[in-house]
Formats: sequence, structure tokens, C-alpha cells
Amino acid sequence: MNWISNVVPPRIRSLLRRETPENLWVKCPESGQLVFHKDLEANQMVVPGSGHHMPIAPKARCGFLFDGGRFDELPLPEVPSDPLKFRDIKRYSDRLKEYRAKTGAPDSILLAQGEIEAVPFTVALHDFRFQGGTLGLAAGEAIIAGMAAAVEKRTPFAMFAASGGARMQEGAFSLMQLPRTTVAVRRLRAAGLPYFVVLTNPTTGGVTASYAMLGDVQIAEPGAVIGFAGARVIEQTIRERLPDGFQRAEYLRDHGMVDMVTPRHEIRPTLARMARILMNRPTPSADAA
Amino acid sequence: MRSYLSFEQPLAELDAKIEELRAVGDKGGAVAIGDDLARLEAKSQKALVDLYSNLTPWQKAEVARFKARPHCLDYVAGLIEEFTPMAGDRSFGEDAAIVCGFGRFRGQAICVMGQEKGSDTETRLKHNFGMPKPEGYRKATRLMELADRFGLPCVAFVDTAGAFPGIEAEARGQAEAIARSTEACLQLGAPSVSVIIGEGGSGGAIAIAATNKVLMLEHAIYSVISPEGASSILWRDSAHAQEAATAMRITAQDLVKFGIVDAIVPEPLGGAHRDPAAAIAATGKALDEAFAQLSNLTPDQAREARAERFLAIGRKI
Repeated sequence: MNWISNVVPPRIRSLLRRETPENLWVKCPESGQLVFHKDLEANQMVVPGSGHHMPIAPKARCGFLFDGGRFDELPLPEVPSDPLKFRDIKRYSDRLKEYRAKTGAPDSILLAQGEIEAVPFTVALHDFRFQGGTLGLAAGEAIIAGMAAAVEKRTPFAMFAASGGARMQEGAFSLMQLPRTTVAVRRLRAAGLPYFVVLTNPTTGGVTASYAMLGDVQIAEPGAVIGFAGARVIEQTIRERLPDGFQRAEYLRDHGMVDMVTPRHEIRPTLARMARILMNRPTPSADAA
Repeated sequence: MRSYLSFEQPLAELDAKIEELRAVGDKGGAVAIGDDLARLEAKSQKALVDLYSNLTPWQKAEVARFKARPHCLDYVAGLIEEFTPMAGDRSFGEDAAIVCGFGRFRGQAICVMGQEKGSDTETRLKHNFGMPKPEGYRKATRLMELADRFGLPCVAFVDTAGAFPGIEAEARGQAEAIARSTEACLQLGAPSVSVIIGEGGSGGAIAIAATNKVLMLEHAIYSVISPEGASSILWRDSAHAQEAATAMRITAQDLVKFGIVDAIVPEPLGGAHRDPAAAIAATGKALDEAFAQLSNLTPDQAREARAERFLAIGRKI
């Protein structure tokens, strides 16, 4: 806070802020260093100095993930909206409108098909900006459709998870997405296609208790918070302080819950390599790559 | 001495008066007492009917969690012959929050599992209040796989506030254990039926409830998060649990309409705790009917019917 923020009315203040270079610079939550936003975006939202992984929007990630940044977005299935006509301090239908306006997406999942190092892939990505990437009917149905599309095209499937868990405003319908998506995972398995899960910050609750923990290969991004129960709930239940690094990607690796902690830049080659190995396809020659 | 739920207070007062009158009568009181007693008893009965035919979702949550309500082991004792409990996940430990074993239901060999909350301080601690840890779900997974190998059907008695939220539970992979248990349910080649007998608490419940048929007791609840949890997250304070219970549609009556639950098991008047034997008998009858409807399925058909049952949920409302 400086003197100007105390004096200038809020509306003008926000105008002022837009003009200041403040927004062009992003502060690393880990090291506190300031990064020029273009440098951050060019580096897949990984802070160049500290290696801290910032959230990345699904489309931006696809741009880095697929060969030449080319991918096809798959249509999302239509589902009943707001099945319970839910209202807390706000109407759920109004919340949905807000998140749709904010993200330009119908719900929290993006489906894409494209090639990763020439291996065709089907990919689903949670958008954490859309109501915390929560899992309701729309997201569940989208994941099921994505896995079915992989079966149809006979591609491996990769799930980029980022979610606070089940969407409470859909009550038991959101809970039912756990078995429903698990049915889709089983069909992927039955078709003999590899299933990759990339756990990004954060992935918690019901999402971890279903498709996000059922991958053939479990990859986590550095520092990502991953867990079933929320840290606050655990602390209140057991009345103890949680250990350092609890529920972080590295903690999960050390406890045998994920195969690897992989920096964002390494995820593309890792997916392609593991897909080729699991599907027993040849390594491309160096000059072809 | 009967114990009463908080919303049953008017009823408790009536019943206390009835008891008083009876005591007077036993001592050889006046002639008029017989009439008064009959009138009060009728009034009490009517109050009970009125109360239980109009329970709010929150009141149902209270009934579903009531300490005197029959729990998993009561159903096992009442319905399963030759029950043989089995322990352990073969990699870490035994978790008494989930009871698993084999036995017979109406003569048919069957795999049995369910969360047990316990009935007094000692057993509540032993069973961790019905909140399973990863080893509990891994034991359930192990037994379902064993049942599948022998083509045996499975029954699950669901009654949990949720999976245990603790450091060790997270360290040992609570989420993965629940996901694998759900997957084991879906993998079964033999028919499976679950009954929500009290609380169906989120992932901790679904882990053993991804079955061909899902039954629910009349006053049980089934929810993605507890009303208290929803209140503190969505309303940002703990005062809105009753509102959350209503808004989330946690009752058997709502869930049947949504196709999430297949049938409601009627409870005796005043809830399962007033006549546990009747509640258990009604559950046995409903289970028998549910299994009868599934008896002609081949393993592939059983799996496919189960998968389609869940996929159909929410597609049309």
C-alpha cells in the first residue's frame, strides 16, 4: 500500500493499476522474484529462476504439448445444467454463467487430440479457473467422452488434473462421477491403451479418489498439492501440525503414490517416450526427430 | 429407557406423561386413568406418524447418524449365516472400520462388506467410528477379487461419515485405495447389491457401493459431502448445515427420483432404531428381491449392466 491507494477511489485505482507495469510483472510465490509476463508465458508458466510452476491454462498447455502447437479440440457432450437447482449464498446457475464468461469454456474440461512427437494422443485437461476445476456432470461426461474418443481412435490417453474435487452444488450427481469415470478408465484398459495421469497443482478430493489415481503411469508436476482430504480438515480432525511438504508431489513420490515428479518442460517427451514403450513402437531415429 | 432425537422432544414429553400415568395406574389409581392413557397413547402415536412422515433432510441426517440405529454388524448378524470375518490387506494392516468376510445369504454363498461405526465407546474406537483407512479399502478390494474368482455375489452395508482424514491415511494413499476399491466393484462378474443403511459419506461410501443395485433405507442419507462440510465451504460458516442438507438432496426419496438409488427399504415407524429387527428383516427382503432380479446375468452381462447403470445417471433428469 502506498499513499495513492489510500486516497484514490477504487474505480480509478483499478484504472491506474491497469496502466502501471505491475500487471506486466508476475511475482514468484516461492522466491519473490519478479518475472516479465511474456517471459513467464514463453517458459510454460514456469518461473525461469526458481523453477516454480505457476498454473497454466489448458489451451496454453496444449500449445506447448502438441507438435507444432497443433491440436483439435473435441466437442463436449451436452448435459443437464444445474440438476438440483442449487443455491447457497449465490445461485449455482449464476456461478456457472460467471465462470463461462471468465473462461470462455462451457465447463472445467478441455478435450484435445493431436500428436506428441508424432504419437497421436487424446488429452483431457482440467481448467482450475472454472470453479476450481471441480467435477460435476459436465466434467465427468467430458472425461468419459474423451476416453471413448481415445478408444475409438486407438490413441493413448493423458489426463491433466487440476481440481478441488467434486462439485458440491451438484450433490450426489457429482459423487456419481467417481464410478462413472472409473467405468471409462476400465474401457480404456480393456482396449489395451495406455492411460497417463499428470497431477498438477492442486489435485484433491473426489478427483483423486477416481480417475486421477488410476493411471498406468502417474506423473506429478513439482510442488503440486495432491491429496484426498483437505489439509485443514486433517488438522482439525487429528489436532496436529502437518509435516513439511505434506501432500506435495515429492511427498507422494516418496510414499510410493506416483511414478515420477516431472518438470513441465519434460512432460511432453516423457509422455511420448512412455507411450512408445508401452505400445511397443520403435524409437524414432535422431534425424527424423 | 428410550433415547430420543432432539427433534423428538415433544414426543418424549408425551411419552413421559404416559409413563407417569401408567405408574399411577399400577399403584391402583382411579378409573379415569384408562381413558386418559388411551387418549395420550393415541396422541403419541399420531405425533410419531406425523413427525416421521415429514422429516426434513436435516432431521433424516440426525436419524441416519443416531447412535441407537442398527449398524453394519447388526445387519450381518441378522441376515448372514455362517458369517466368517476376514482381516487384513496383506500389505499394511487390518482396519476394523470396514468389516469384510464371507457367509451365506438365504443359502447363497456371498461376500459381505460394510463400514461399522460401533455401538459403544469401546467398539466405536475399535472401528474408528466407521471411517476407513486405505488398508480397509484394500482389504475390501482383496475380498472382492477373491469373490470374483469364485463367482460369488457381493453385498455391501454402507454406513460411514467418510474415509478417515489423517496423515497416515494420506501417506498410504487414501485416494488411490478408494479408486481401486471402486474399480474392483465395477470389475465383479457376479451380481452385487449395496444398501445405504445410515450415512453414505462421499468417496468413502462409493468405494464399496458401485454395485448393480443400490438400495437405501427410508431415512438414510447419501451425499458428496456432509451438510456441515458444505455449509462451511459454500456458506463460509457452520450455521447453514440444515440448508445445505436440503439443497444437496441427500434423502432416499430424492435419490430414487434421480436414478442414483434403485429402491427404498421402508423403516419401521419412528425409524430403524425403534425396531431394529423389523428394519433388518425389511432389508433382507429388499436384498432378496434385488438379487433375484440379477440372477440370470452372465459375468459379462453383470459388468456391462453395472457400467451402464452408472453411465445412465444424470444423462436425463
